[in-house]
Amino acid sequence: MSRKTLASSGRRGLHPGAWWLWAGCMAGAASRTTNPILLLLIGAVAVYVVAARRTSAPWSRSIVVFLRLGLVVIVLRVLLVIVFGIRLPGHVLFTLPHIPLPSWAAGVSIGGPVTAEAILQATLQGLRLAVVLVCFGAANSLASPYRLLRCLPAVLYEAGVAITVSLSFAPELVMAIGDVRAARRLRGRPTRGFSGLRGTAIPVLERALDRSLQLASSMDARGYGRRVPVARGARRAATAGTATGLLLVVAGLYGVLVAGSLPGGGIPFVAVGAVLLGAGLATSGRRTNRTRYRPDPWRGPEWIVSASGMAVVGTMVASGILGVPGIEFVIYPLGPPTLPVLAAVGILIGLVPAWAAPVEPGAVSIPDGSTTGSGDPAPQVGAAA
Amino acid sequence: MIKLVDVSFTYDGASSPTLDRVDLALGEGELCVVVGPTGSGKTTLLRAVNGLVPHFTGGRLSGEVLVDGRSTREFPPRELADVVGMVGQNPAASFVTDVVEDELAYTMENLGLDPEVMRRRVEDTLDLLGLHDLRHRPLATLSGGQQQRVAIGAVLTASPRVLVLDEPTSALDPAAAEEVLGSLTRLVHDLGLTVLLAEHRLERVLPFADSVVLVPGRGAPLQVGSAARIMEVSPVAPPIVDLGRLAGWTPLPLSVRDARRQAGPLRERLARAEPPPARATATDAVPTLARLHRVTVRFDQVTALDAVDFAARQGEVVAVMGRNGSGKSTLLAQIAGVRPPTSGRVDVGGADPAALSASALVARVGLVPQDASLLLYSDSVAAECASADQDTNLPPGTTAAMLERVLPGLPVDHHPRDLSEGQRLALALAVVLAPAPPLLLLDEPTRGLDYPGKARLVGLLADLAADGHCVVMATHDVELVAQVATRAVVLADGEVVADGPARDVVCHSPVFAPQVSKILAPEPWLTVQEVRTALDVEPVRG
Repeated sequence: MSRKTLASSGRRGLHPGAWWLWAGCMAGAASRTTNPILLLLIGAVAVYVVAARRTSAPWSRSIVVFLRLGLVVIVLRVLLVIVFGIRLPGHVLFTLPHIPLPSWAAGVSIGGPVTAEAILQATLQGLRLAVVLVCFGAANSLASPYRLLRCLPAVLYEAGVAITVSLSFAPELVMAIGDVRAARRLRGRPTRGFSGLRGTAIPVLERALDRSLQLASSMDARGYGRRVPVARGARRAATAGTATGLLLVVAGLYGVLVAGSLPGGGIPFVAVGAVLLGAGLATSGRRTNRTRYRPDPWRGPEWIVSASGMAVVGTMVASGILGVPGIEFVIYPLGPPTLPVLAAVGILIGLVPAWAAPVEPGAVSIPDGSTTGSGDPAPQVGAAA
Repeated sequence: MIKLVDVSFTYDGASSPTLDRVDLALGEGELCVVVGPTGSGKTTLLRAVNGLVPHFTGGRLSGEVLVDGRSTREFPPRELADVVGMVGQNPAASFVTDVVEDELAYTMENLGLDPEVMRRRVEDTLDLLGLHDLRHRPLATLSGGQQQRVAIGAVLTASPRVLVLDEPTSALDPAAAEEVLGSLTRLVHDLGLTVLLAEHRLERVLPFADSVVLVPGRGAPLQVGSAARIMEVSPVAPPIVDLGRLAGWTPLPLSVRDARRQAGPLRERLARAEPPPARATATDAVPTLARLHRVTVRFDQVTALDAVDFAARQGEVVAVMGRNGSGKSTLLAQIAGVRPPTSGRVDVGGADPAALSASALVARVGLVPQDASLLLYSDSVAAECASADQDTNLPPGTTAAMLERVLPGLPVDHHPRDLSEGQRLALALAVVLAPAPPLLLLDEPTRGLDYPGKARLVGLLADLAADGHCVVMATHDVELVAQVATRAVVLADGEVVADGPARDVVCHSPVFAPQVSKILAPEPWLTVQEVRTALDVEPVRG
């Protein structure tokens, strides 16, 4: 029932740009702190919003992949510190055999005493990266990558679809692995071990490549890449403008993220870059006369969702500037983390989209807890690897 | 509308041309069916119409292909997108976006249509093809029939003048196929669209065809004409035409209605003849090769199988039928142990197939999946046969001999990927059939196979069953079921709704009844062969 009413109201879920903005702000907030309580809080908020607003689409499960990836990052980070890390003084937990390195490798060490402080610091740094990853995973789960590309200007769209094809290569690959392994088993061949790997790799690559070629031919047959002739000089100027603008924006964003690296906090760079980029894109965009079907509107819910993200990163940055204790976790002396109340409350504002964002038609969870969007997929052999 | 003038086409590295001096002209508002044996070049002909051949495939094309006055020589496929809509053999592979509604709009966006026009056309197409409930659904969650309809809708929205479809109903259940063909006929009649489609299941499309192009293959010249005229000479013909030829009806009937009007005398004769012999049905005394005990399989929120009990016995040919997405493939995958069930128990020869090692599994079960190319790894047909012999310790040449039985004359030096859909299937069948597993599972075994290929398959399956093997096949092909199945199981939403002798199940269903049965009802005949036998012995009875 809810699907019907939503469909007739013309609502197609939140603008993907709003989701990405919100997730980007959450990630930005996470990158500004090492306090484990705050980091876990940010991760929990992101996961909760995904759980509340994800759809039944295949990409909505990508958060799980990012969560796993996050764990791997933490473990790797800790292992690296144990083996190669800088030897922080403090409470020695255990000592690895030390391998002396030549003088030119100063700063790197292998083995030696491992302290609780070193492990704690590594864990926290790993956790920070993991939470940033989870935030991006949340954006991936909430907004279809294709719909995000639709919002790009015409010229980027073309490049964007090329990216989609290459992006679709990865999931294709994963599906192909499942299919090929199931099929190898049906031929009575090993699916594990080295010979299994060798026998699987080539057919898997072949299939994924085949599929990409088919996709390319299908896109061509459906009019992708039709061009309107444009003067050569204008084309070159546009390309140069786009490239310079893009570089400036990237440099400026670096300045914004890493305090004190660029004059003016990098903001002038971003501004000039954005103008150049916009002009370049507009000029190149004239080459394609493609139009857009039902562009996603930017209305109240989009403003609320992006504002909630801004609030999260805003309170975090403000706390940092004000020097609120506990934003940076201090490992000397070793002790339990404190809770900076302002930042924590700010993070909780990030929960707002769980209610403010409209439920996408065909979503998994709707307020009354029942389910919509049941499907009848034709399961292929081994489709679920 | 479509004009081919002296067109020849040779693939790179091929010794002989696939299309040889083809001349063809199709007028506006014509529905033309391309028929021909497996691998005769039907797909190549279709893809030449919008320029994918040779712009995407490479190879040498001579002559001229004109669509709406535009030559594919000067216009690449993308510049023809507003005139020709092309729907390939595998709709899922052609999807560019990820949601139904966006997919429908994609071509229009590329053509730069006005947003309001796009919106209107998308709504019209959603209604026209009955896709309204699916508009927000991710494409990956659609069933085969739904995907096919979306693929057709996605090219229709651009309102092309020509629609080219490669086997549009091969993946569809009979009801969904009727639906798609019905929509196509409506487009031809209401909008004057020119439709060119290739199809092996002629029984489905012939009643709708204005003209037929026969591609005999092997360099023989194309034949074009009215459906009735071509059917008189065609090497591939649906059961209705075979029956018409047998009974000497003129003109040859192409639809069940026409046939029934002429079939009165035949029905009377058959009423006096010996009824068709009952096919051997397995009793409880015959050993069971596979048994499913209250098996439930769930994918996310979708229940593919719901507490299904199923048994397959020696000497049986079991047809598993049901609409797209009813759980047929999942049932086969369960017996083959592709994945463990969510709940319940699967027992194949006293073991759980999901737990068996690969070599122990193939000794018990052979499965040909819907996508037959999954089973093929080698870089030539000959190498594939040789490696199949090696895998299963068969004397060299066994698989090659089996292939010769399934589809004679396959070029042994070709890469399996360069074969046609039907040829690939034949190769996969040979690979699986060679070690003669006691239990043989086939998923849509007639996709892309022509009638002679099907007849050979039927003979093969009947022989296997007579030797005590068991065949379980998931299929939409009611004619195949009529010819060879001893038992039919109908699934709906993952539940078994009918299970019994094939003749009873099939005759009593308006959807699954084969053509002969529809023509001769209430007489219980299913195939032309049965009728032929009955007429031969009739004089003896008096």
